[in-house]
Amino acid sequence: MARIIAGISSSHVPAIGAAIDNGRTQEPYWQRVFSGFEKSKEWMAKAKPDVVIGIYNDHASAFSVEIIPTFALGCAAEFPPADEGWGPRPVPVVKGHPELASHIAQSVILDEFDLTIVNKMEVDHGLTVPLNLMFGSPKEWPCPVIPLAVNVVQYPPPTGRRCFMLGKAIRKAVESYPEDLKVVVFGTGGMSHQISGPRAGLINSKFDKAFLDNLTKDPKKLTRISHLEFMREAGAEGIEMVMWLVMRGAIDDKVDEVYRFYTVPASNTAVGHIILENRQRSGPKRTAARKSKSKRSAPATTRRAAARAKTAVRKG
Amino acid sequence: MPREQHDYDDIPGTFVFDAERSRQGYHLNMFCMSLMKEENRKAFKANEAAYLDKFQLTPEQREAILKRQYNRMLELGGNIYFTAKLGATDGHSFQHMAAVMTGSTQEDYAKMMLAGGRSVEGNRSRSSAEKRAKSARKSKPKTRSKSGSKRG
Repeated sequence: MARIIAGISSSHVPAIGAAIDNGRTQEPYWQRVFSGFEKSKEWMAKAKPDVVIGIYNDHASAFSVEIIPTFALGCAAEFPPADEGWGPRPVPVVKGHPELASHIAQSVILDEFDLTIVNKMEVDHGLTVPLNLMFGSPKEWPCPVIPLAVNVVQYPPPTGRRCFMLGKAIRKAVESYPEDLKVVVFGTGGMSHQISGPRAGLINSKFDKAFLDNLTKDPKKLTRISHLEFMREAGAEGIEMVMWLVMRGAIDDKVDEVYRFYTVPASNTAVGHIILENRQRSGPKRTAARKSKSKRSAPATTRRAAARAKTAVRKG
Repeated sequence: MPREQHDYDDIPGTFVFDAERSRQGYHLNMFCMSLMKEENRKAFKANEAAYLDKFQLTPEQREAILKRQYNRMLELGGNIYFTAKLGATDGHSFQHMAAVMTGSTQEDYAKMMLAGGRSVEGNRSRSSAEKRAKSARKSKPKTRSKSGSKRG
């Protein structure tokens, strides 16, 4: 059985990619940003996921204004880096996992998430910068990556609640995949930033920090943040944070925050990063274990407790 | 037809790229998208006006592009991720464009970012900013409002 072991969020600022590509990571300005991801790379090297599901947004690279899919799942075997105006980033081609991706597509569509299936797509800094931050700059990415592009370019993006629910549907899909795979979900973008109009440069650290706190302990609260509040408080482009909620929906309700990093700025943006681990790594097995436990204790417990256990199983 | 009003139009200094702006700015954005190709960048630079003739732009959009009025482009349906391609064609960084849109120099803008960015205080709402300004005018002797709207 495939299982999701952790969720990670990270900003995907293009200037971070440019700093890597132009060998400027040792400059003090960039050192401040990159030093925050050293522990994350160590964590990643230990976690060794078999597959990453990368929730990100395209920035007028693969999708222009001709087609604007709200959720687009990359089911191809590979995704070349896009030319974003300065030539493609010198990063490895992203290898997909077509079998798991198409399994996810089929499962979530039947769960009433009408996403778009993409069999040919280039990927931009939105996906590749977080891969650099978590894996460094290897010759090949260490595992396949399934890109899920979310529209946050044309208003309105999907609501935070919808993103969270999609995360839950993705988890269900992953856990019904027969191969034994360790999966990590990336939610990317954010945190507070505005890069357009006279209000450009807006940063709201208070909002960001509260968002990080609640991401760990009360994600449902975050699903109630309206688009207006995101844009007002975290900047017009800060609305990207809805993508973090796809990741959050895909992991346990109660998780362990194992790492967090926050710094201002990287170019125009507040950089936020968090690693959330599922408490028990054996997702589907645990469900089975709990089921049998609740059965065993059934005679000793009231009906209500049994019902509670059932709910827990469903949630888990 | 005047633009339909939305709750988010109350956010100051912000042009939300919604369905209406996307419709108005379709050709403007597709022009920007064309600049992803090196040959098109060359053709545009060689003769900007002639290159723009290939796209169904309104006279206002055309003028905004030729004069590099980035806020005006957003107002007329441009999207920042698209107009950034025009900035890149001119050899400008994103931060340079952000500085231009805020009416600041790149140096001052970069300094503001290093100091923690533009504060949200005083920058949340047009209507409450106006209310504050009015009440400040009424009670003149009071100490000046600590609104951060002047920053950056």
